[in-house]
Order: sequence, then C-alpha cells, then structure tokens
Amino acid sequence: MGTPGFLPMEEFQSLLEQLSQCGYRCVAPQVKDGALLFETIEHINALPRGIVQTQAPGRYQLQQTDSPRYFSWANGPQALKPLTFAPRENLWYSEVTAEGGLRFREAPTETEPLAVIGVRSCDLAALKLQEQHFQGDQLDPYFTARRQRLFLVAISCTHPADTCFCAATGDGPEVDSGFDISLYETDHGYFVSPGSINGEAIVQRLTLEPGDAKAFTQAQKEVTDSAAQQLRQLPGEDLQHSLFTNLDHPRWQEVAERCLSCGNCTQVCPTCFCHSENDVPDISGTKTGHERQWDSCFSPGHSYLHGITLRQETSQRYRQWLTHKFGSWHEQYGRSGCVGCGRCITWCPVGIDPTEELAAICTPPSGKEN
Amino acid sequence: MNPYLPLEAEVVERIQETPTIVTLRLRLTDADARHRFYCAPGQFNMLYLYGVGEVPISIKSGPQGFLDQTLLLDHTIRAVGRVTRALVRLQPGDRLGLRGPYGQGWPMQRARGQDVHIITGGLGCAPAVSVVHDLMRQRELYGHISVVQGVKHADDLIWHEQYEHWSQQPDTQVLLAADQASARWHWHTGMVTGLLDKLRLQPDRAIAFLCGPEPMMRASAERLMELGLNADRIWLSMERNMQCAVGHCGHCQFGAKFICRDGPVFNYPQVRDLLGTRGF
Repeated sequence: MGTPGFLPMEEFQSLLEQLSQCGYRCVAPQVKDGALLFETIEHINALPRGIVQTQAPGRYQLQQTDSPRYFSWANGPQALKPLTFAPRENLWYSEVTAEGGLRFREAPTETEPLAVIGVRSCDLAALKLQEQHFQGDQLDPYFTARRQRLFLVAISCTHPADTCFCAATGDGPEVDSGFDISLYETDHGYFVSPGSINGEAIVQRLTLEPGDAKAFTQAQKEVTDSAAQQLRQLPGEDLQHSLFTNLDHPRWQEVAERCLSCGNCTQVCPTCFCHSENDVPDISGTKTGHERQWDSCFSPGHSYLHGITLRQETSQRYRQWLTHKFGSWHEQYGRSGCVGCGRCITWCPVGIDPTEELAAICTPPSGKEN
Repeated sequence: MNPYLPLEAEVVERIQETPTIVTLRLRLTDADARHRFYCAPGQFNMLYLYGVGEVPISIKSGPQGFLDQTLLLDHTIRAVGRVTRALVRLQPGDRLGLRGPYGQGWPMQRARGQDVHIITGGLGCAPAVSVVHDLMRQRELYGHISVVQGVKHADDLIWHEQYEHWSQQPDTQVLLAADQASARWHWHTGMVTGLLDKLRLQPDRAIAFLCGPEPMMRASAERLMELGLNADRIWLSMERNMQCAVGHCGHCQFGAKFICRDGPVFNYPQVRDLLGTRGF
C-alpha cells in the first residue's frame, strides 16, 4: 500500500465541509465542563487545539499547550456508545383508545446522518462488541438505525493517558478496521485513508497532497511508541476460569470497602449494555411512553427478583461487574468485554483500577493453592 | 420486526387461586397474531400493564387448543411486586399488552420414551403444569410419569383437583408435600426432597424436570444424582429479573447465561457451578 494522501492542518476544515455537503451533521470532541465531549461542530476552531490531558485513577484534567494538534489527548468520558445506544430513549408508546382498547406504536428510529470526528481505536472495538450484542439473533431496531447513520472518522492515538491499556487488550492504539476514514496526525496535518465506500467518496472530494513516505513512517512510529508507553497490563491467563474459581477471594470484600457502588464505571464503559425499561405516563392519562435507560449492575434494582435484591452487597455487585466484563464475556461474545480505554479507572471517584483488582483476585490468597 | 413491541390482549377470565395468586386467561385480540402464536411448555410471555410496566410470566396453558381461533393463554401470577400486584387486579374485558413467547422450554423431544419426573416447589407449579398437560395429552409417548409438588403451607397448594385427577391416571405417581400441614392434609409433611426416595426412579430411562426456589431445585438435583440419575438427565427452570426478554437488557445474566434467551430451562450441568452462589 502506498503512502496515504495528506491533508494539511489549515485544510482540515474542508473535511467538515465535505461531510456537511454530503448531508452529515458533524460531531467532534470539544472542551465542555472541563472534559472533552462529542458536540456538534461547524468549524475546526471549536476543536481542542493544543489540549493535552492528565488522566489518573479518579482524576481527569485538561491543559492548554502550544501544540498545533487537535488530537493530542486520549479520550473523554464518552465513547461512541451514547450515539448508538442512547442513554435514554423511547421504545414504544401505548395509548388507551375510546373503546377501552390498547394501541401500541413503535417509537421512531434515529436516522439523521452523523459524522463523528476523532474516533479512537478502543471505541471502534467497543462498537463492534455492541454490534455483536444488539445485532445478534435479535436485531435491536433502535441501535441498528443509530449505527447505520454513522460515518466514522477515526484517528490513531499518539498521546495515551496513564490509564490507557488498549495495547494490552489488543484494541489499539492504532486504528485498523471499522472506520470510514482513518487519520494519522502530525504537527502539519493528517494522513488520510478511506476504510469504506462511503469513506472513499468523501476522500475523493478532498484536495489531498501526495503523502511523504518518511513523514508517514514517523507518524506511524508515534502511534507504536504510544503503545509502548502504556504501563497497565492484564493478567495473562484464562480470566474467565481464574475469576470464577476465585469467587470467594477476600479481595472482593476489600475492594467493596473502597467501592461506592455509584456505577460511574459502567456509565463510562463503552461496552456495558445493561438497561432498564420504564413506563412514563403522559399527563393526559391516556398515553404512556415505554422508555429504556442505561442501568448498572451496581444499582440495587439490577438484581431485583420478586421482592428480593439478589446482590445486596457491594462486594457482590463489584464481583458481578468484573466477572462479567473480564470473565463470562468471553463465553458470550468470544472475547473480553474490556477494550482497554481506561475510562472506568479515570472516572471512578475513588480511583479503583480493575487491572489491579484482577491481578489481586487472580492470585490465590496467601497460603492457598488455586 | 420490533422485538420489544407488545400486542394487545384481553382478559377473558380471572381465576382467584389463593388470596395472592391469580390466573389470567388471556386472548390476543388480533386474529392473525393468534394464528401465528405458538409456544412450547416452559416458555414465558412478557405481560404489560398500561402505565405500570412489563413482567415475565410463564405460560401455563399447554398447546392444546393453540390452533383454535379462540386461543387462550393462561398465566398464573403471584402478587409480589409493583407490576404483579396491579396485574392480578385485572378483570375480564380489561386489556393489556403481551409479547412472546420467549426462551427455551422443556426438552420434550428428549423426554420421549423416558420416565418423566416433575419436581416442583411453590408457584413453580405453573411452568410445570404446562409440561404435565403436554405429557398427558400424548401420554403414550412417555413411560412412567411422576408429579412431585412441595409447598410451604398446605393452604398454598392450588389445583388440588388437577393433582387428584393426575394421580388417577395409569402409570402416574403424584406426591405432594407441605412444610406445614393443615388438618385435612393427607400428604407428606416436610420438604419436597423428602419425597424423592419414593420415586420409582430408573436412572437409565428417566428424565427429571425441576422448577421452584433455587435451594429446593439444587437439593433435589443433588439428591436425584445420589439416587443414580446423571446430571445431564436433570433440567431446571430458572428465574431472574427480565426486562427485555431477548438477551439485551442484561439483568437476567447468570454467569455467562442469559436466562431469558438461553433458558429459562437449563440442563443441570449448565448452571450447577453457580447455583447456590450468593449474589449470582
């Protein structure tokens, strides 16, 4: 494969313009409330130019630098998840008819074409997992419609956070599939490669310079170097087996003393799919919306069963989350449910780090053989 | 096809079984939907009460009459939660939502030619009753049949006449147990597991279907194994919080299993490791 074409920094606006002309609303990371969030964008001025970030257990901070780059940071609290699996949405409506009958009506699906700028490799991996979940033998029409409208402009990571471990899960930092357009960022612009027919159509409309092979090799090296900077690892063993043979490990109690059971980890996790369904009656008394909303295995209601809460204790909830994400997920979807984005570490108010917990839990308590 | 959208159903009859248990006899109001509906013993429906919510309820009625225009689906409901307490108040003519059937039912094919032992506890009798109906309807396909039912208090037993009727059938054994007997109780007093020694169990030609509280199912399964029955000849019906019924909402996960989609009926070895582990 030859060197990808090059889009100079000052021409980056043309990507937004071409997408817009093709009918896409563009969203891109922007600084909001001290974090990087996907928001609608019309001009590249709104991009986080020169922003770098510090992420650590329970800590997220942005700093302004002189760097000319827009993507010299790892990730914000959102992944693609809210764009495909909405935090709250109506599934259907029911209505009482004049004759006392009940009429059910599907909620409309989201179809507005949406281009997402700056998608990370970990988030593409998470999207694939969500597709496996919501588009398996039962097709979720709401997820499917939201997914189909997406155009993904992905970018390989050069600035991993201290909390990132996508290299350990095999999900980054280099973008390799599942995108429409892939970018490599340098101080002067972007190497641009299409990854789909739709992506090709947009790339055709851009005025690209011939890419310089040496500069491209350097851009790729920045990405591989960023993998080497990642320090966190996962225990290199069959985690499903290790976790399920250590269900009585004292570490579950120990982590539960720190865990607030707040569910932040599950809300920022790009693969968590649990949701609850609720009826929201209209004020007229004759209509109701049947809503689904993100749920968390850390909520008491998650394990409710005819009057009983099965997981009363935080240790049981933490164990449910970890044994599922890193254990039974393998059996359900053929791989771990973790893509190494590190968000659960950063956004945990008390800085619990699952990679540390896994290492402890998969080590037999002293004096015991596994 | 939207897997979440209910169909309208009508309450045709309401049967008060006990002060807290009601059977709702339901009929889909759309004739085409009635024709398309086919369920197997052990499967469940999601019942939706307007403005209140949805709950999974096992389908009690057997497939007899399912080809009929007047297809009726019996659902036996115990009022224990927010939705079920409201559902049991429905009256004939009231409308509700129904979607289903969902899940894997009892392994009826495997049961053919076998002795079938049905061991249930509490309201576990509802999914089991559907299977007994099915066995009785094609009685010649099966060997010996036993129906073992345990309840906490003798007064909790519903469908007395049904058990009496089954006990009169050829090559059929009915054994009932109540932890607490009443004056008229002529059956076993104690746990349902105390009855298993009385089964005419021929381990090489038997299959057991278990339904009820998990400690009861676990104790029964382990006892049956002590009596010589292989674990893979034991099947049980599990329950967890279910909101979507199609393996999406995540509440019913039991280890790697989605109870709603992979179950609710499981082969014992599939769930044996985790059964009885608190918090799963």
